[in-house]
Amino acid sequence: MPHPRYKAVVIGLSAGGMHALKTFIPALPAAFALPIAIAQHNSKSSDGFLAEYLDQIGALTVKEAEDKEPLCSGHAYLAPAGYHLLIEEDQIFSLSVDPRVNYCCPSIDVLFESAADAFGESLIGVVLTGGNGDGSKGLKTIKARGGCAIVQNPETAESRAMPRAALKATAVDHTVDLENLAPLLIQLSALQNGDEHDSGSRRR
Amino acid sequence: MILVPEREKEAEKMEIDMLLAGIHKRYGYDFSHYSRASLKRRIDRARENARLPSYTALLDKLFHDENYFDEFLKGMSITVTEMFRDPLFYRGMREAVVPLLKTFPFVKIWHAGCATGEEAYSMAILLHEEGFLDRAYIYATDFNKHSLGKAQEGVYPARSLGAAAANYKTAGGTGDFSDYYNASYDFVKFKNYLKERITFSYHNLVTDGVFGEMNLICCRNVLIYFDKILQDHVLSQFSKSLRHGGFLCLGNKETLNFTAVKSLFEPVDTKQRIYRKWGDADATSPI
Ligand SMILES: C[S@@+](CC[C@H](N)C(=O)[O-])C[C@H]1O[C@@H](n2cnc3c(N)ncnc32)[C@H](O)[C@@H]1O
Repeated sequence: MPHPRYKAVVIGLSAGGMHALKTFIPALPAAFALPIAIAQHNSKSSDGFLAEYLDQIGALTVKEAEDKEPLCSGHAYLAPAGYHLLIEEDQIFSLSVDPRVNYCCPSIDVLFESAADAFGESLIGVVLTGGNGDGSKGLKTIKARGGCAIVQNPETAESRAMPRAALKATAVDHTVDLENLAPLLIQLSALQNGDEHDSGSRRR
Repeated sequence: MILVPEREKEAEKMEIDMLLAGIHKRYGYDFSHYSRASLKRRIDRARENARLPSYTALLDKLFHDENYFDEFLKGMSITVTEMFRDPLFYRGMREAVVPLLKTFPFVKIWHAGCATGEEAYSMAILLHEEGFLDRAYIYATDFNKHSLGKAQEGVYPARSLGAAAANYKTAGGTGDFSDYYNASYDFVKFKNYLKERITFSYHNLVTDGVFGEMNLICCRNVLIYFDKILQDHVLSQFSKSLRHGGFLCLGNKETLNFTAVKSLFEPVDTKQRIYRKWGDADATSPI
């Protein structure tokens, strides 16, 4: 019995993230099959504005994740400013205000590591533009659990440090320019378990 | 190829369950229904700091070393808080809740999970400005004895004052924030007439029963640390504790939406997470 190879996408971004979000979110269809959870480093009091804005510019439903909210397809969830976003075993969100990780809250590593626990090999992790090293540890964990690792091409990223750190930490499956991210995600979301062209994510 | 196979993950889960069961049996603290993902991070941090190779090794140390358990316990509770945290909540209180509370001869308010007490002092200041602090009984509870001690003292580092004063203004404060404390050196102490209205005491939301006839319960930024089962348990306790028409206030990113008590409450201020109880708590039937 074939079933989808992947069940969820987690994305981390930092400096330059606003432009990145504006580029790939509207390029995804309303019925995109995988729920997307996003940790974006941001200022303390953005108060849901970013989610509302992103929701309006594309077909995908974008909102801030709420505590204990279930993950649904066709949705992208943003970590609220000042909270860590985590995914529980039963595939619902939790928020926390634990101490900063990598000087960040939300931290990308926190999201990625909890998501790797919850989804194992059915997870896609994406590290995009950013000026620090957050996310590389988490991406490594995703990869170790058999998930798929994607990193933005540092040469074309607005801020290179974060994709570079991620590439250094893990042998990733795909390195993409920003405009190719949405098409790649759409392609991966259509894969069934045991598909031939599932080469990338099976490589180690 | 997967490096961590399902079985290893299962074993890890079992090991953490054993750790939590051991802590519960030995010390009476039950963390089994805390949000597992963030709890695991805190446990991992404790284990790494103690340089222990496994959760069972951690259990061994915790089991035999009571002093170490105290330290561990501190790390398990997140006590981040501040004066007038999420200031717009207090504005919402003034507008939607205070006018109704004023109609009572006296009001009972419970801050569950008060940490180091800032939230209770903020409420006392607000009630003072609204002119009925002398008719209010504020109960503030927590299961962290260390932070309760600080709350009881009411002494805070002066460096936190800048942010506090700014929050106070955004919260709709009508006076001068510096009127509410005495400063000495690097510390400030809130004035006695505020503290006199607050009773700080130990209370564990997981295991202890509730006080009755509350007009208002604030349980902010506590439920996010609980899983759905424990959230539902605590919220049903709150429903029993609240008077008919009483108010329940949650943290800025917390919601009743995914809980079993949703139908008992009516949202009063959706954005500031203020709810009012109309349903019958004893007839909790999740539909
Ligand atoms: C982040 S603080 C919230 C402080 C304050 N309400 C605020 O919003 O700023 C969470 C508090 O919940 C307390 N807490 C956690 N589990 C508890 C339990 N089982 N019983 C009572 N308090 C608990 C912690 O000790 C901590 O002080």
